[in-house]
Amino acid sequence: MSEYDGLPGDWQLVIGLEVHVELATATKLFSASPNRFGDEPNTNIDPVTLGLPGALPVLNERAVELAMRIGLALNCTVRPCTFHRKNYFYPDMPKAYQVSQYDQPLNVDGFLDLPNGVRVGIERAHMEEDAGKSTHVGGTGGRVHGASYSLIDLNRAGVPLVEIVSRPDIHSADDARSYVNELRGILVAIGASDAKMEEGSMRVDANVSVHKPGAPLGTRCEIKNVNSVRSVGRAIEYEARRQIDLIESGEAVRQQTRHWDESDSRTHTLRSKEDADDYRYFLEPDLVPLVPSAEWIARVKASLPMLPAARRSRLADATGQPANSEAVTIVVERGQDEYVLSVGKSGGNSARALVYVKEAFADSPIVPAADLAALTQMEVSGALTATQAKIVLAELVANGGGDASAIAAAHGLEAIDASAIEKLVDEAIAADPDAWQKFCSGDAKAMGALVGLVMKASKGKADGKAVTALLQQRRS
Amino acid sequence: MSPDSSSRPTARAVAAEVRDGSRKALDVVEQHLAVIAAREPEIHAFNVVLADEARAAAVKIDEMVSAGEDPGPLTGVTVALKDNMCTRGVPTTCSSKILAGWLPPYDATVVHKLRDAGAIVVGKTNLDEFAMGSSTENSAFGPTHNPHDVTRVPGGSSGGSAASVAAGFTQVGFGSDTGGSIRQPAALCGVVGVKPTYGYVSRYGLIAFASSLDQIGPFTNSVEDAALMLDVIGGHDPLDSTSIPQQHPSLREAIQQDVTGLRIGRITDLPAGADADVVERLEVAFDTLRAAGATIVDVQVPAFTFGLTAYYLIAPAEASSNLARYDGVRYGMRVEAADTNAMYGVTRAAGFGEEVKRRIMLGTYALSAGYYDAYYGKALKVRRLISDDFERAYQHADALLTPTSPSVAFQFGAKGDNPLAMYLCDTYTIPSNLSGQPGMNVPFGTGAHGLPVGVQVLAGTLQEPTMFRVAAALERELSGGLQ
Repeated sequence: MSEYDGLPGDWQLVIGLEVHVELATATKLFSASPNRFGDEPNTNIDPVTLGLPGALPVLNERAVELAMRIGLALNCTVRPCTFHRKNYFYPDMPKAYQVSQYDQPLNVDGFLDLPNGVRVGIERAHMEEDAGKSTHVGGTGGRVHGASYSLIDLNRAGVPLVEIVSRPDIHSADDARSYVNELRGILVAIGASDAKMEEGSMRVDANVSVHKPGAPLGTRCEIKNVNSVRSVGRAIEYEARRQIDLIESGEAVRQQTRHWDESDSRTHTLRSKEDADDYRYFLEPDLVPLVPSAEWIARVKASLPMLPAARRSRLADATGQPANSEAVTIVVERGQDEYVLSVGKSGGNSARALVYVKEAFADSPIVPAADLAALTQMEVSGALTATQAKIVLAELVANGGGDASAIAAAHGLEAIDASAIEKLVDEAIAADPDAWQKFCSGDAKAMGALVGLVMKASKGKADGKAVTALLQQRRS
Repeated sequence: MSPDSSSRPTARAVAAEVRDGSRKALDVVEQHLAVIAAREPEIHAFNVVLADEARAAAVKIDEMVSAGEDPGPLTGVTVALKDNMCTRGVPTTCSSKILAGWLPPYDATVVHKLRDAGAIVVGKTNLDEFAMGSSTENSAFGPTHNPHDVTRVPGGSSGGSAASVAAGFTQVGFGSDTGGSIRQPAALCGVVGVKPTYGYVSRYGLIAFASSLDQIGPFTNSVEDAALMLDVIGGHDPLDSTSIPQQHPSLREAIQQDVTGLRIGRITDLPAGADADVVERLEVAFDTLRAAGATIVDVQVPAFTFGLTAYYLIAPAEASSNLARYDGVRYGMRVEAADTNAMYGVTRAAGFGEEVKRRIMLGTYALSAGYYDAYYGKALKVRRLISDDFERAYQHADALLTPTSPSVAFQFGAKGDNPLAMYLCDTYTIPSNLSGQPGMNVPFGTGAHGLPVGVQVLAGTLQEPTMFRVAAALERELSGGLQ
């Protein structure tokens, strides 16, 4: 469901996303310092990280493997590649250049299918090193402008990144959000990154432009500093409206890099194309070309786990629910799908298990699959009502498992059988003929009164749905 | 001072004596320190002499020998390191003000290997700032003087290490060669100087000038000593991705073979410009090798002549990137200013000398948007052509012979006002840096003013064994001829 308003008129939106992810390696891209978030500033450093004169980079093989996993999971071609230097001055960039892949990246030409069926092309997924972290103190909003001093933490400098560049195939804020969600699910599933936007291990830049159908593409702006999945959609929506307002009031969109500000929910100019840096890229002479062997690529490919899309359709098949339903999506996102399937394998009902797991387990389920299977069986066979099953489930969760029928018995829970319900329904009609009359003439409230009588008489053991059905049967 | 390097004791001889206990390492060190005390004031080979450290290292080695241990093939050998090789806790300046006060927290791989082999570091030597120059006049700390004639330059950029060996300050010196910075000063100072194949020796801890061209190599009094040094410092280093991942054959064994049957190439389209005395010695060298059993063949290397131009785009381009880190933020010199951007500017303006600034600007320009294809991009194509041309030449010849330097040592200031004249000093040495192939200077008699003349032996990629065979033959015939 969309939380965005969509665009006015027949404006069309064109979005390309550049997503940076920090790889979950033990050490940095070019040195043996730990790659660890949250440590004391400037402790995970060494001559290479500090860019000391004479220090040389050595490529981290594990980082290459994780980058290949990303490429293969995104259906890319993995190819021989090189590293370049991107030259610029900044205090948190100790060598005054960033080592990055330029015209010969590791992964090219892939795609990612969104749950709604939209296919987004992946232009490339290349490796590069992260910069250090600057904290600007004394200015407004943490910006360097107006700050009285800046603190530099080089723990992050040299952390391995993969930048995943989509083709401009995304045409709504919802799809952009869905793309980021889906990508995050894949990255976590393949163990490439923890992909936490709030910790900065996944960072999203959005290229946004608008145009009329049949007209050439509009001038694009790049939005930076989008720090949550929700903001991805909001920032794009805001930026699209800003561009439309400009065009409709007769002004032109200028190619800019813009900064998303969460506090006022607007994008602000960061720099224009005219003051873009000249990075003077050239081949990094301290590294040699990286040529992954066919054998290595095949080995990495074979080691990939099942990806979220495939897991969703597997779970959909097992439970009879649509693959893009909320329950299937959430349970796969949380990684609980294997558990639901094992409940089914233990003789349980997968559809009910899906509902239980979605409702009752925020993290990994701690109830043995067989115990949950027994509970679904009791509910499906009519031994317990849905409401009663919920009570038993809560106790299973609280105790980390248990015998569902014993718990139900201990609580005095049992669904009463159909003939007993019929008897109670007839008694209720007799007890409140007024309500019966009103119900027959179409008053829905009156049905509530009759159901209430039955439930009271059965001490809550009657299945509400069955009672309603009987009442309607009697009326017709 | 004799221009003939063979009159000075070799590292091999010293190591043998100290190793078998017939001579103390401390005596070796004291003797060298005495020579330094006597002549260093007029030579200025060193940025720093590590007298106490050298004595302490010698004492340790003597203790090891007394205890029956073997400190290694370079036991007691005194070495001088160009001051662009990182030494832990010892100032490493690149002869630049910008690195003032910086103490590296680590040793270069070469320094490790030398110490592990029993060598004793006596000092850090002067160079053209960041290795940019051919006379050592560009040092921020004043020039080095040629031990053969102190009114003349020692060559550069590794002038301090070349002078140290020529003056007898140390048995061995180490330099780096980006466009001739070992071979040219070796020629001007009359010592052996080798630039190995790119990747033969680890660059870890060598402060970069132009990373795709820089290579460390030795200055020695004999071809055999040079072989010994490369046998010690050569080989793969896991800390340098560009070091060649293979074991190199022993060069000391290679020089046991003579040159019978080897084809020595004469480059018929070599750029002109060498002085008559230099050309004359080269002809004698060809005759010598022919007499020793080699065949002389004519080869062409058409792109050789474009080497200088390509080099002065590629090397400055890489330098502009390598030297961008000297910004006053983390180490070295800082000149305070109103804000960070201004601080970068005034620090770099005050910290770098004229030649370094010239090359940073040249390199930045060559890499800039709109100029890349015309300059840097084209230079890379020329580089490829040079490699291809050498490849073809080496199908017909096992080694090539050229002058090392177009002239003998020149006087101070002779080329100081004319960068292009200075750049021409490296005409014959630059192409093998661009192709990544080995080259070495062999002292081969004297020319004008009785000053040393060297010839350059070039060989194909990893063909050091052949190159050393040729060099050893020249050395043998020369010393034989002088007897």
